[in-house]
Amino acid sequence: MKEVELNTTTINFGPQHPAAHGVLRLVVELEGEVVQRAEPHIGLLHRGTEKLIEYKTYLQAVPYFDRLDYVSPMCQEHAFALATENLLGINVPERAKYIRVIFAEITRILNHLLNIPAYAADIGAVTPFLWCFEEREKLLEFHEAVSGARFHAAYFRPGGVHQDMPEGMEEKLFDHFKTLPKFIDDLESLLTNNRILRQRSVDIGIISKSEAIEWGCSGPVLRSTGVAWDLRRSQPYDAYDQVDFEVPVGKKGDCFDRYLVRIEEMRQSISIINQCLNKIKPGPISIEDNKITPPKRNQMKKSMEALIHHFKLFTEGYRVPAGQVYSAVEAPKGEFGVYLVSDGSSKPYRCKIRAPGFAHLQTLDHLSKGHLMADIAAILGSLDIVFGEIDR
Amino acid sequence: MIKILTKIDGINNVIENNNLLEIEFEKNDIIKIFNELKDNTELNFNQLLDITAVDYPSREFRFDLIYILQSLTKNKKIILKTFIKLKENIESITKIHKSADWYERECYDLFGIEFINHPDLRRIMTDYNFEGYPLRKDFPLTGHTEVRYDDLEKKVIYEPVKLSQEFRNFDSESPWEGMENKLFGDEKSTGEN
Repeated sequence: MKEVELNTTTINFGPQHPAAHGVLRLVVELEGEVVQRAEPHIGLLHRGTEKLIEYKTYLQAVPYFDRLDYVSPMCQEHAFALATENLLGINVPERAKYIRVIFAEITRILNHLLNIPAYAADIGAVTPFLWCFEEREKLLEFHEAVSGARFHAAYFRPGGVHQDMPEGMEEKLFDHFKTLPKFIDDLESLLTNNRILRQRSVDIGIISKSEAIEWGCSGPVLRSTGVAWDLRRSQPYDAYDQVDFEVPVGKKGDCFDRYLVRIEEMRQSISIINQCLNKIKPGPISIEDNKITPPKRNQMKKSMEALIHHFKLFTEGYRVPAGQVYSAVEAPKGEFGVYLVSDGSSKPYRCKIRAPGFAHLQTLDHLSKGHLMADIAAILGSLDIVFGEIDR
Repeated sequence: MIKILTKIDGINNVIENNNLLEIEFEKNDIIKIFNELKDNTELNFNQLLDITAVDYPSREFRFDLIYILQSLTKNKKIILKTFIKLKENIESITKIHKSADWYERECYDLFGIEFINHPDLRRIMTDYNFEGYPLRKDFPLTGHTEVRYDDLEKKVIYEPVKLSQEFRNFDSESPWEGMENKLFGDEKSTGEN
């Protein structure tokens, strides 16, 4: 038998590597510098969120969602809040819906303002990172103003939002989002026509329409292939049916298209926020059923009933009718879904989290085959990988 | 759509619930059903969103195996459900939906459900050499082992979980009846002293 000499090198990428965007261990088989196979080993950040949620009440489960994809916390609370509300059969007030949409979009901008410069940094540009972090800081102040926390907000709760926006917030938001489009233009002037960025991202990591659907891709990855699929448009939730926005799509489905889709999505988000700010009216911000949302602090000082409700809510929680539901939102990374099973008690019987990044990372082997080792960093960056949600 | 779905062999029950279709099917017909769901132009469920399971330890058919499918052309989501006994396996659908690969691995890892003809059925979420299936209801929340870096051996070692405080699972369903241990001064209320 003839002996065949295999001239491949297997190298280990990660789990601690700045371009791995977290704790990704990648076993890469190389022939020269060309990738033959890339096998992700995930789970190094597995914290058992789904198991933990089974031991917590529905309200206590909310903060776990902030900690999944920690760069877009509110969108994930949104999915859980929608799932719980669906099981409870309640409808949140109009104002809460608008507040949720405003903050879901702020979160989307926050996410893209991290992903785009991180991607640029992966392929050689450092300045956008510094610029975007300043801009992120300004947006995080809005997070802080409504929830008290910059990241782990626990703001969208089943039944509405935790508290109303502080006075004057609407004007502040309005003023801020007047300046942001200029920033995005500036950011684009640094990147879009940059030679290095184009060399490193055009025609890299191409995924076709049918492959993207087949692999379960969603969000910017799916849209970059030219499929105009956006859950905010096709299956609108909260106030998304009240606003008018466009769904940007790419042509080729390469890294550059994914970058462009994200840039345009930020512009659309600003437009959505402005429309919401014009339409939002004063009113209640959560359902006024003290069996589900806690009574106001000043009521508790006067009313025994309110005090009992508060105590029962924060010890026992509320019971959710038995049933199952799957609720999904268009998170910045793609379709983030929560499959919730209730057995009628105050704790979820099972809570399965469908993370978009899990499906996207699965395509990595397919996307990187035949590319250079250095392109893996570009592909990973453009897929928008965050391990909090992938490993759960 | 419900009419077409109920006609497919192996599909037992179709319930519509909040714009979401819940379907029960026979596990032996899985390949046929998923092919039909994908290829039938009236249905066109071309995207597999997730595979998961729910554990009911007291039942004979212990696991609910859940498949969530989406049709991008018909703008519809369905939940497919089948029932599986402990140590029973099911045909893998990786040949029909590529994304099933990791989803089935995850299901195998966390529930111990085996998928026949899966190309690479390994653990995915848990540690290398992990034992047990964490999302089963009989797996303790705290797990069995913990790791730490041993300064003498100069490596990370595994040892049984030692808790300085027992895991407290409050019976919050009835906060007034949950307490069993007596506190200092309780005897006065019963008049024992």
